Amino acid sequence: MATDGGSSVTAPVLQTTRRCPYAPPDEHTRLRDTASGISQVTLPSGQVAWALGRLEHIRAMLTDPRFSSDRQHPNFPRFTREQPAFGLMRPSMIQLDPPEHGPARKAVIGEFTVRRMAGLRPRVQQIVDEHIDAMLAGPRPADLVRALALPVPSLVICEQLGVPYRDHDFFQSHSSALLSRNVTADERQQAVKELRDYLKELIAEKAADPADDLLGRQLAQGNDPEDVLSLAFLLLIAGHETTANMISLGVVTLLERPDELVALREDPARTLPAIEELLRVYTIAEFANSRVAVEDVEMGGVTIRAGDPVLALSNAANHDPSAFDEADEIKLDRGARNHVAFGFGIHQCLGQNLARMELQIVFDTLFRRIPTLRLAAPADRLPYKNDAFIYGIHEVPVTWEDPA
Amino acid sequence: MTKIVADLDRCVGAGQCVLTDPDAFDQSDEDGTVVVIQDTPADDEALKRARVAVDICPSRALSLTE
Repeated sequence: MATDGGSSVTAPVLQTTRRCPYAPPDEHTRLRDTASGISQVTLPSGQVAWALGRLEHIRAMLTDPRFSSDRQHPNFPRFTREQPAFGLMRPSMIQLDPPEHGPARKAVIGEFTVRRMAGLRPRVQQIVDEHIDAMLAGPRPADLVRALALPVPSLVICEQLGVPYRDHDFFQSHSSALLSRNVTADERQQAVKELRDYLKELIAEKAADPADDLLGRQLAQGNDPEDVLSLAFLLLIAGHETTANMISLGVVTLLERPDELVALREDPARTLPAIEELLRVYTIAEFANSRVAVEDVEMGGVTIRAGDPVLALSNAANHDPSAFDEADEIKLDRGARNHVAFGFGIHQCLGQNLARMELQIVFDTLFRRIPTLRLAAPADRLPYKNDAFIYGIHEVPVTWEDPA
Repeated sequence: MTKIVADLDRCVGAGQCVLTDPDAFDQSDEDGTVVVIQDTPADDEALKRARVAVDICPSRALSLTE
């Protein structure tokens, strides 16, 4: 198959814009529901790639060492026309294959265990309460994104890493530039460089004067500052806008389902299953599960050749009727945890338990403290991020009644 | 007798088994890898949870043996 950037007449252009918040694009559904569920598509880069639409194939691909995560491979799937710039930093764990991947991940996984996340709960609760206090003290309607969804995960990841929160506007603008499809290659490159230089300086300061935070501990354990830099960059970007977008989308969905919201408020045990369902339904990082084949692989009656770019239609797969009953329905008590919203395989999201914990505290606290919370604009008229790499909403106007 | 077996070389510390059944699984504080604290599911409910843990383990580090 041609992977030299020439487009193929048989490979339709991949649809990357969302039209409906709750469902994958029709084009993805059609690709999923072909006889094999595996088709060739033309990416925005001009590359021709295999697109996997079924959950079982994606889970198989993401656990198969014959598919590489090496983003510097010339055939790794690209979603923009620009050539990515490498060499600005060492590859972080997200780009490493075994045997290098294991040690890189194990160096930091202790910071993200279920127990460590439980230990962060009181501080996250405090952060959420303070932001709700500030929102209630401010004007109505308020923008939930600015008031709560963005600052909470941003502050949590900054504190965890040991990055001064006073610089969060800088991270916010830079991470937006990295995650937007509407910036030029030069702007994106500039954002990467500035963020890298900032973190480099911070890590040098920490090396000279070790602090008891994630970056300080990484340095104290003897990890190379260059590797700590790549890790810091990855965690800061990954832990920022993703959770924020899930907060915004989740609040809108729950406010649109008042009966279920009442049930949720009365029974906190419903929150985690609801979060899992929201993760499945939205699949905000739908193209994060990309790989390049490094050996020939037979799958679903198709031969994927070594060197072929492969991507997962993760959103379509998370709505795969052969994996989920009434897959297109939102069932907050579904309890299915076999979705690929956090990926699958050895690269599955390192921060997933942090994200779940933050979402749980935000939803539980927000709806308990402001039972009259409602949208101040129709849900279907909100500015959804239809063209971003990470799906979300730019602004969510909300209002509430004075306490009786 | 069904037993839960963990392959520590494959484990990437995602912690999904702990979320599924904290009575059967824990994580090492050191490197986050799985610690099986109850390797024989005591009843059908525990066996069901063990099967879910095996299914959703992202690195395929868990298995059940008869």
